[in-house]
Amino acid sequence: MGDQNTVAVYTPPAERPYPGPHWITEKIGSLVLTPHTPIEWIVVFGAVFTGTLVLLFAIVWLLYSGIGIWGVNIPVAWGFAIVNFVWWIGIGHAGTLISAILLLLHQAWRQSINRFAEAMTLFAVTCAGLFPLIHLGRPWFFYWIAPYPNTMGLWPQWRSPLVWDMFAVGTYFTISLVFWYIGLIPDLATFRDRAKHRLTQVVYGMMAMGWRGSAYHWQQYEEAYLLLAGLATPLVVSVHTVVSFDFTIAIIPGWHSTIFPPYFVAGAIYSGFAMVLTLAIPLRKIYRLQEFITMRHLDNMAKLMLATGIIVTYSYIDEAFIAFYSGNPYERYEIVNRLFGLYGWMYWLLVATNLVIPQLMWSSRARKSVAAIFLVALSVDLGMWLERFVIVVVSLHRDFLPSAWNMYYATIWDWATLLGSIALFVTLFLLFFRFLPPISIFEMKKILHKPEVSARA
Amino acid sequence: MEHRRDLPIQWRSLDPKTPDPRAPMPSQLGDVNRREFLSLMAASLALAGVEGCTPAATLPEKIVPYVQAPEDVLPGRPLHFATAMPFAGYGVGLIVKSHEGRPIKVEGNPRHSASLGATDVFAQASILDLYDPDRAKSVTNRGAISTFGAFVSALSPRLEELQSRDGAGLRFLSGRITSPSEGALIDAILRRFPKADWHQYEPVNDDNARAGSRMAFGRYVDSVYHLDRADVIVSLDSDFLYWGPAHLRHTRDFAARRVFNPADGSGRGMNRLYVLESTPTVTGFKADHRISMSPSKIGELTTAIASRLGVAGAPGQELNEQWFEPMMRDLKSHGSSSIVIAGETQPPFVHALVHAINEKLGNTGHTVEYMEPVEMRPVEQFASLRELAQAMQSGQVDTLIMLDVNPSYSAPADLEFSKNLENVKLRVSHSLYYDETAAACHWHVPKHHYLETWGDVRAYDGSVSIVQPLIVPLYETKSSHEFLSIFLGNPTRSNYDLVREFWVGQYKGEEFESFWEQSLQEGVVQNIALSDPLPASLEASPYRARASRPASPLTRGRITSTTAWTYSPPREGETASAASGGGQFRTPQAPPGPGNLDVLFRPDASVYDGSFANNAWLQELQHPLTHLTWDNAVLIGPKTAHDLHANSEDMVDLVVNGRQITGAVWVIPGQPENVVTVHLGWGRKVSGRNGMERGFNAYALRTSDNPWHATGGRIRKRGEKYKLATTRDHHVTEGRHMVRHMTVDDYAKDAGLIQRETHQPKPDQTMYPAYENIDYAWGMSVDLSRCVGCNACIVACQAENNVPTVGKNEVARGREMHWMRIDTYFEGPAAEPDAYFQPMFCQHCETAPCEYVCPVEATTHSAEGINEMTYNRCIGTRYCSNNCPYKVRRFNFFQYAAWDIPSLKLLYNPDVTVRSRGVMEKCTYCIQRINRTRIDALKADRKIQDGEVLTACQQACPANALVFGNLLDENSRVRKLKSEPRNYGVLAEYNTRPRTTYLAALKNPNPEIAGFETAQHNNG
Repeated sequence: MGDQNTVAVYTPPAERPYPGPHWITEKIGSLVLTPHTPIEWIVVFGAVFTGTLVLLFAIVWLLYSGIGIWGVNIPVAWGFAIVNFVWWIGIGHAGTLISAILLLLHQAWRQSINRFAEAMTLFAVTCAGLFPLIHLGRPWFFYWIAPYPNTMGLWPQWRSPLVWDMFAVGTYFTISLVFWYIGLIPDLATFRDRAKHRLTQVVYGMMAMGWRGSAYHWQQYEEAYLLLAGLATPLVVSVHTVVSFDFTIAIIPGWHSTIFPPYFVAGAIYSGFAMVLTLAIPLRKIYRLQEFITMRHLDNMAKLMLATGIIVTYSYIDEAFIAFYSGNPYERYEIVNRLFGLYGWMYWLLVATNLVIPQLMWSSRARKSVAAIFLVALSVDLGMWLERFVIVVVSLHRDFLPSAWNMYYATIWDWATLLGSIALFVTLFLLFFRFLPPISIFEMKKILHKPEVSARA
Repeated sequence: MEHRRDLPIQWRSLDPKTPDPRAPMPSQLGDVNRREFLSLMAASLALAGVEGCTPAATLPEKIVPYVQAPEDVLPGRPLHFATAMPFAGYGVGLIVKSHEGRPIKVEGNPRHSASLGATDVFAQASILDLYDPDRAKSVTNRGAISTFGAFVSALSPRLEELQSRDGAGLRFLSGRITSPSEGALIDAILRRFPKADWHQYEPVNDDNARAGSRMAFGRYVDSVYHLDRADVIVSLDSDFLYWGPAHLRHTRDFAARRVFNPADGSGRGMNRLYVLESTPTVTGFKADHRISMSPSKIGELTTAIASRLGVAGAPGQELNEQWFEPMMRDLKSHGSSSIVIAGETQPPFVHALVHAINEKLGNTGHTVEYMEPVEMRPVEQFASLRELAQAMQSGQVDTLIMLDVNPSYSAPADLEFSKNLENVKLRVSHSLYYDETAAACHWHVPKHHYLETWGDVRAYDGSVSIVQPLIVPLYETKSSHEFLSIFLGNPTRSNYDLVREFWVGQYKGEEFESFWEQSLQEGVVQNIALSDPLPASLEASPYRARASRPASPLTRGRITSTTAWTYSPPREGETASAASGGGQFRTPQAPPGPGNLDVLFRPDASVYDGSFANNAWLQELQHPLTHLTWDNAVLIGPKTAHDLHANSEDMVDLVVNGRQITGAVWVIPGQPENVVTVHLGWGRKVSGRNGMERGFNAYALRTSDNPWHATGGRIRKRGEKYKLATTRDHHVTEGRHMVRHMTVDDYAKDAGLIQRETHQPKPDQTMYPAYENIDYAWGMSVDLSRCVGCNACIVACQAENNVPTVGKNEVARGREMHWMRIDTYFEGPAAEPDAYFQPMFCQHCETAPCEYVCPVEATTHSAEGINEMTYNRCIGTRYCSNNCPYKVRRFNFFQYAAWDIPSLKLLYNPDVTVRSRGVMEKCTYCIQRINRTRIDALKADRKIQDGEVLTACQQACPANALVFGNLLDENSRVRKLKSEPRNYGVLAEYNTRPRTTYLAALKNPNPEIAGFETAQHNNG
């Protein structure tokens, strides 16, 4: 398994022998330590930064006017904001899985993708964390959810999943940040050492926290990294489980379903890998990182995506079956409404994008085509957003008493906030690319430097 | 606490630090020589002066409590005063709650016969009209602000001149007058101006009933119905539960007979209601048998009933309907305990026949009684207005004084009132709002709201109430009495003096003061000896009653025996009132079809005839059947819609006899085929911010000869859409059983069916231990059999709890804020459905799903069983709303509560928080009322008694459908109701354990009528 991994990472053509570890540092370092910002980066950054400003404006307008600028009403009191929240959190899971779980499972092929996958997690959680904050009716009191000593003498209400969310997402963000940062330190030291300008040296120097690369440092580092991986691993399962509790704890048909925790976790990893692929494929093309992110990587990720996609498919079938099997008329109606009601078109689009199109990945020929993998990844991105919409909105819009039934129509501010959050995500990503190594330099060296030794993290 | 601005300036600040210039110099200054002393004195004086000169904003404004408090006023404790509300002239007795000199809540007066403690939506919403910022605030002269003095000066020369010609050319136009004191003033005015004329016009009047009674008895009579004595009721197009001066009483009496408890077997059994109507109404859907048909068919039906009973002169008419014979048998077998009621919208001959029918059945004197008309000057009003319009057209009118009418808006289109009004040289209007008529007049004198005025008014049964004000008039308004006294040459008489003087003149006993006080306290003038009224001036106008004038209108209406009034068939050739469709027993018309639609005009359940167009509570109140808000619509039935290819929200032109209006369609189940209904009171052109340009104006189609029912209508689609905002648009039960109903026969046979089908989980099927309620366990019972869907509870709750309105766009988005809603569910075929009304509000579940999902415990459970809402703790996650299966929680998506309209701030109930944006709210079982009563009980060292706490909805409900009380009290009414077999909880199978439970609706269909859409028990 290890040999296969090493060989898979880099196959030097016969005429071009492996240049050595400097080559890695040069290749990746040159992306960052260059005074010359590529024009494409500037153009794209300009565009997405504008999007981020749109998001900022949308949020300011929201705080000024009130939640009413969105399409939410009674009964559909949660709309795009919660859909986006769950979508973004789910996306983040792939990064943690790659970083932590694949590490613990000795999957060396993760090395080239784990850095930007972790960054993706971090930025996804950032985007996600915005929404529970701004969707509050009185967001300036958001901190009341946290247990802090206060003059009211009140704890938060522990039985509420939103309090658990706060802990789960908060923990997730903290651990991801620390994990990612620790992982960056040796590379930051590399940049500190290779930087030409004084300012760059100082900044990277401060960020590197005095890393000297001594054996002692490396030993500490390996232990810390393993520990953090161990901490982060259960988060992959727990965070989205807790997020799913937002729904399962409620009594609404369509929400109150015990399959949600594994279903959501699988769905999270599904969407996460889709997003990793969505980012990795253009990245390797533009920055010419094909030797680092090889077809083997894409192949593995596609397979993981497919596997989780199958679990998600099973969950859909299970939900529908249990609804009928239960005999509960409200549950049955919910499924029928989901499929054939006023939002039914979204459900069938969801089936197409989440269940049907990704089946392409069974074919090894398809998995060898970068375009096919990219298409499937985009499809899953959309599909997973639709899934959250169907769960949140369609269940709410028609529940127990027909007199309360109503439609949810997204407003321009809903769209601005969603697209703005995507713009924020890409902005952060572009900044990450410009100033930090997208691929872990030292980890690549570890694999490539001694090609005959099987890499064990 | 009041801020005393009238004190002299030097007392403005009681701040001890500011030296009082008159106080002796403080000795701390030590040795002071004369020069320093004087300069210090000067400085202090200067300071005092400066204090008076600086702008008030920078001064500390100290407020002081009452030095001499008005009697009985204790800040924080409300006072209650009895008064009465004139609605279309008739009075409804009220008790109004007042905090520190401002009225904030209207309740019914239990002593008043027209109220019996209950109120309707108009009475509840009238308090908002008082504080309406768009009310007319000052006299205007052609739109420019002026003064009352200027008006009087401008009018005096004209009056003198008019007096010199005995008032020729002077006309008055008012609404219905039942006030004895106003009637006396009018008589005095007409004596002063003998050639003047007094016209009356209400857009919603009872001309048909008047003409019918004249046909039947030769004179005008008012009918009084005793529905509590009726076992069988047949309504011919009469919405007697919602409309009419006695509708609250009708609802009370009717609902009291809609219950049946197999346990006690007492009572006289459930009544049975047949409703034959031409458009769906609230009364219709309470019927055990509802048959819809075109209006002319109802006339035929009445003739058939009459001929079957052998009424002399009624031509033979057979009807081929399957239900006719069973209904006739029912009526005959319940002679003298049955009643047939004719709706105002039916032509006079129907009314005349109904009088005869009731007499034949033996009902007269039992379920229906007659009395002298309550109005001071009963006339047929369309004819009266037509006479005025014709006189204006021919130039006979040079001065027109209009009181409390808006004919520029609401006059029938064929009279061309606005055009003819131009011929009048001096036009004066006196009304609450600056409306279309005011805009067409030279002078507009604003009127007191009834809560600001002295006056008197009579109820449907003649009982008199003195109207007393609850607040000093907010603006520069005048009462009707003050306005009318101008024409008697006494413009400066005060309102109070005028009214009191009248009663001093009437009262024949010794102790006037105690009579006056007692009348004011109780809200009803007791039956006491009164002197004869001033004779009314009669003229031989063809439309006036030829009969004798009222004998003694000031006592409670005396019911005369039936022998004085026997039905005599109208003589051949005697024309019916012009307000009918002509003809005696036939209204010959072509049968309605898609190109020849029947167009019905009806008063609107929210804005009535347009008078309430600016009332936001009423605008946002859903129509009981269509659930439309902020608009009216062209209502058509499903088959007609299908034939015309029209859907709801399509804009159409409705063309009737050459007149056309444009409006949006709404499809309503239960509407007969080829019949279109439009509601009056919309499309206002001159109104406040809420009333302007809403809906479309049906008056533009209405004519005085066919005011209720026009034929030959056509609908043309325009191809556009118009957004209509409804609060609910899903009226089908989807096979769910939130509304349970059964026939009373089935219930008598198997009372336990409801309980068995409500799968209430066992008490121990919950993870958490049950709350222990020690002193009180509050609960509520809603009787679906009694509820008629009148919406009074919704507005009462809104008034009591400071519930904001949100406007049409927000309602369309699904964000209306009503804590209570009335769900209407239709069952059966769309053409002839059954409908059930279910008030839905917070169920105060013992195991509330909303409580455990709130992250900040903003919603918790009290020790007495109330699901509490702590507004200040809510951060607005809205999870509680998502988890509420009843969806009774409401969220402030924007800052809906008006924080910056000064007059509306006076309206808020100080016992209830006004919520800000971002906060959830819901029904609290009027916890403020519970708390206040608990405090009183604690002070008296006792427990709260049953019936001491009335929630706002319970207090308003005319049907007594809502009962609140303490479940731990064995004798409480609510506990007894909950122990009835037909008690169930909505969604009980989800183990929410709601404290609000419902009593299944009972229907009493005639077992002989088979295959009809009767209320079969809905099988689970």
